[in-house]
Amino acid sequence: MAITTVPGTTRPGRSATPYAAGPRRTSLGRKVRDNLTGHAFLIGAVLCFAVFSWYPMIRGVVMSFQRTRRGETTWVGWDNYARILDDPSFWTAWKNTLYFTALALVLGYAVPFFVAILLNEFRHAKGYLRILVYLPVMLPPASALFLFKYYAYDPSEAGLFNAVLAALHLPTSEWMQSPGMTMPAMVFASTWMNMGSAVLIYLAALQNIPGELYEAAELDGAGIWRRILNVTIPQTRLILLLLAMLQIVATMQLFIEPLILANGAGAEDSATSVAYLIYQHGFFQNDLNGAAALGVIMLVVLAGFSAVYARLTSKQD
Amino acid sequence: MAHDSGTRTLISHAQLRRGRGKVVYWTLLTVVVVVFTLVFLGPLYWMVTGALKSGQEIAQTPPSLFPRDPQPQNYVDAWNNLDLAKLLFNTFYYAAGALFFQLVLDTAAAYSLSKLRPVFGNAILGLMLATLMIPAMVLIVPQYVTVIDLPILHLNLLDSPFAIWLPLVANAFNIFLLKRFFDSIPEDLMAAAVVDGATPLRTLWSIILPMSRPILGVVSIFAVTAVWKDFLWPKLVMPSPETRTVSVGIYAFSGGTPMNVVVAASVIAAIPTVVIFLLFQRNIMSGLTTGSLKG
Repeated sequence: MAITTVPGTTRPGRSATPYAAGPRRTSLGRKVRDNLTGHAFLIGAVLCFAVFSWYPMIRGVVMSFQRTRRGETTWVGWDNYARILDDPSFWTAWKNTLYFTALALVLGYAVPFFVAILLNEFRHAKGYLRILVYLPVMLPPASALFLFKYYAYDPSEAGLFNAVLAALHLPTSEWMQSPGMTMPAMVFASTWMNMGSAVLIYLAALQNIPGELYEAAELDGAGIWRRILNVTIPQTRLILLLLAMLQIVATMQLFIEPLILANGAGAEDSATSVAYLIYQHGFFQNDLNGAAALGVIMLVVLAGFSAVYARLTSKQD
Repeated sequence: MAHDSGTRTLISHAQLRRGRGKVVYWTLLTVVVVVFTLVFLGPLYWMVTGALKSGQEIAQTPPSLFPRDPQPQNYVDAWNNLDLAKLLFNTFYYAAGALFFQLVLDTAAAYSLSKLRPVFGNAILGLMLATLMIPAMVLIVPQYVTVIDLPILHLNLLDSPFAIWLPLVANAFNIFLLKRFFDSIPEDLMAAAVVDGATPLRTLWSIILPMSRPILGVVSIFAVTAVWKDFLWPKLVMPSPETRTVSVGIYAFSGGTPMNVVVAASVIAAIPTVVIFLLFQRNIMSGLTTGSLKG
């Protein structure tokens, strides 16, 4: 999930709150009562966070050092990690997942930005184009992926993509049946399904760029590309970095694309992802502890990416 | 907003209105409209019409652009064989409950954090926001283990709608959005209510909520579509055929069902979210751009 602040919408009220033990009556009893009221409003959400978020986080780490067999839980130290690392599919899954993340970054990341720049220049059909781009985001992913699986990535020439390629006299592809095409095909489907929200977020950021900057750049003789390079990108740098980070986090959790498009593992294991491995261990191999260890490893890797991201963003400010 | 000529963008208005600029602009616009229609609507057209084709027609080379002999039977089969009415009802029920619990509990929490500000409020907010950093896949196993045996209560929530409703309340993003909106409501209004003797609940109900309709709309739309789009979590916690959501149900049937019927079912499953989108697209767009979020 992405969070961005849009100027002018927020002004945190720092003045005295009427309810929080204000200057009106500051007796101890009043303070206690105000705090209790405040916590009464909070309790429902806090309980949900505690049970379904904070506690599972800790439990996941604990579970990764335990082993449960026939109802008996024992402490096994690093055994789960050793077992997971020993499994060749662990390395295949990470290789595939990182490949998907990299490919999505190369193919999928720049596309929404340039689409947003393009849409921002149009004075007509704006609403229509926005609706088009965002429409796939609203489809249930399972629906969209069945469309890709059965109609678009059909390996014969009856499939939509192969028919188009054949009509253009380009070589057709076996898509999900060919190990080399599995990942690009999944990246394409995933980008098609998800790029709408990135486009809209970029559009909002582009609209906040002061027009004078473009005018000044133009007066200095900067062409369109120079203006994109020297005005657009620096002005949207924070959003660009934020969405890059979020895309990395999202793509590393790649799951439903391999599950539906590739029936899980795909041709020659070319689709197995780390998230799919977690699912396999946890819910098919009766190895919840191994799955928890896989989850902790994923968390550590993503924390590493976040640390790099934090350095990148803080250095330049 | 077709003619908002107020702001200057990458290319100036003057340049686009004159001679060569005008020609390039209109050519590019036409190309983009055609290409985008093909890329984003084309597959949907293919999906809706493809599911109308017979098994033989879908396998023919090259594929036909229009179904030669439309088979609405595929849609009827999808509806009957997959018991889509039941699946859609389940999904709708989960979405409605998720909406209810998120609106009530997250709004109350955001109100407390924004206006009542009890002790440790900021620490709690910090802990909530920290969960945004934790990817869902990392939590899936311990969350599942928690749901099948709730701490202290020792309840098993499998096949219970609460297994979908309550974890969704733990949505830091909602709380962040709501709190930020409530923060922008002037304290003077609150003070006036206090002088009039209104209780905190009364103030929330009569002053804060009526002013917060836009943000409540955004949170609602995203709450409903999130349930409709979710897959792995409902697949895990709703294992019985009677309690499945529509996406999970279609997936469960996809193995032994003709592919045209699976796609027909996928089309039907997508209709509610597409309708929600077309009805509320203005709110969704503004929610994305002023609230700025990505699901």
